[in-house]
Amino acid sequence: MTAKITIKGLNFYYGPKQALRNINVRIGEREITALIGPSGCGKTTFLRCLNRMHDLYPGNRYEGEIILDDRNILEPGLDLIRLRSKVGIVFQKPTPFPMSISDNIAFGLKLGGMRNRRELASRVEAALRVSALWDETKDRLHDSALSLSGGQQQRLCIARAIAVEPEVILMDEPCSALDPVATAKIEDLMSDLKKNYTVVIVTHNMQQAARVSDHTGFFMMGEVMEFDRTQKIFTAPSNKLTEDYITGRFG
Amino acid sequence: MTGFHYTKRKVFNYAAQTASLLCAVCGIAFLFWILKDVAVLGAGGLDFSFFTELPAPPGEAGGGMANAITGTLLITVIATAIGVPSGILAGTYLSEYGRGGRVAATVRFIADILVAAPSIVIGIFVYAIIVRPAGGFSTIAGAMALAIIMLPVVIRTAEEMLKLVPDATREAALALGAPHWKVTVLVVYRGALRGITTGVMLAVARVSGETAPLLFTSFNNAYWNWKLNEPTATLTVTIFNYAMGPYEEWHAKAWAAALLITAGVLFVTLAARLVVRGRSGS
Repeated sequence: MTAKITIKGLNFYYGPKQALRNINVRIGEREITALIGPSGCGKTTFLRCLNRMHDLYPGNRYEGEIILDDRNILEPGLDLIRLRSKVGIVFQKPTPFPMSISDNIAFGLKLGGMRNRRELASRVEAALRVSALWDETKDRLHDSALSLSGGQQQRLCIARAIAVEPEVILMDEPCSALDPVATAKIEDLMSDLKKNYTVVIVTHNMQQAARVSDHTGFFMMGEVMEFDRTQKIFTAPSNKLTEDYITGRFG
Repeated sequence: MTGFHYTKRKVFNYAAQTASLLCAVCGIAFLFWILKDVAVLGAGGLDFSFFTELPAPPGEAGGGMANAITGTLLITVIATAIGVPSGILAGTYLSEYGRGGRVAATVRFIADILVAAPSIVIGIFVYAIIVRPAGGFSTIAGAMALAIIMLPVVIRTAEEMLKLVPDATREAALALGAPHWKVTVLVVYRGALRGITTGVMLAVARVSGETAPLLFTSFNNAYWNWKLNEPTATLTVTIFNYAMGPYEEWHAKAWAAALLITAGVLFVTLAARLVVRGRSGS
């Protein structure tokens, strides 16, 4: 695999409390990498390091290196706005903005300086098509995004993230608030996204990790216990803890 | 479970329900009584000249309150123009920038005290810092007093409404590469717009019925006044003066003015309600 992101010796601290310990992982380009592990093990914390969401709150501290392409994104003076347009994120709960469906998707594009209406409209349509939301919303692009169902809102958020053409998409339990039908749609979408994007997904759903991902990392107590090809993790894990976790003996 | 305990629970339930219903009816009954009296006694005085003419000399029939109507509008508009933007910006600071900090906690605490401050105290304060140094009562002093009364209400409503916007929404906007101020203006304000509008309207309705602070600041005027540095008539202060006066015509006029201001406040409050209803519908 070609590594899109290489994490070397990453430690992360919420104030005095260390949340991640010596993480060394390589995230493959145009692959889906799943992060699994019990609650509070640091999966989400790790995910949020990858576009430096932790910088929004004071007292957080990183150590080590996260190399995206050729650049260490933890180095001081990095342009966070540029980083975040390269590394998008989709959250656990849908986060539609209180504006129309098309304005939601155009939001990031307008921030990037796009003003031409026709260009905006075509990018909105393209993003909605990729997230398989176009047929359901083409007649009501100017309705409030809040009028969509939960599953549609989550696909809107994915469309919004991909509209700005990032290279990496982070997903933090994107299906945990959705029913099985909506979940299946999002999983299909992920397989499509893989063709063009590097996807990192946090999930509590073992089957989901097994179904969609190429590599899987098992986190526990802020450490990566095992990181390998998904097939290997789920059929022949080398760590006893991993086996216990995926077979449901704890966690 | 014995039958006795079951019966006892039912009786208590019934008693509590009846007591709360009676109290609710009492409260509402007084409200309707007030509204009925104001409507019945005020409707007679609301003729055309009430809206177009200046007050008649004491003891003479006729005349109106045109100057007090415009005065109330003028003072309320200026107070809103001062109090609302600064209140919303202060609320924005509390919710978006100073959250958890010591400055924010202090400002919030003071705002809470100010909400409960008697309005006459605000009136005396403005008298001391504006009216006395300026050498006289004025429109602007009245507007300042009302703006100070509005300020804490607007600050706290704005803060609460902004806080209702989920943090995840802010993070999502920041994650798309938006700077903090754009997140606030383009996303958070939009999410809180209806709530803040409602709070602002209720604050406007509240101050437009204030009398005490205006007695010390804008005072009164028997004639038209559009100048900011001259005393100005208002409906509330005129009601106060007329109700205390010895003439029947004055009493009738005071009732009419009371009806007008009540209707105005009711209108603004209802409008605020409609805004809220629009919110739950979306």
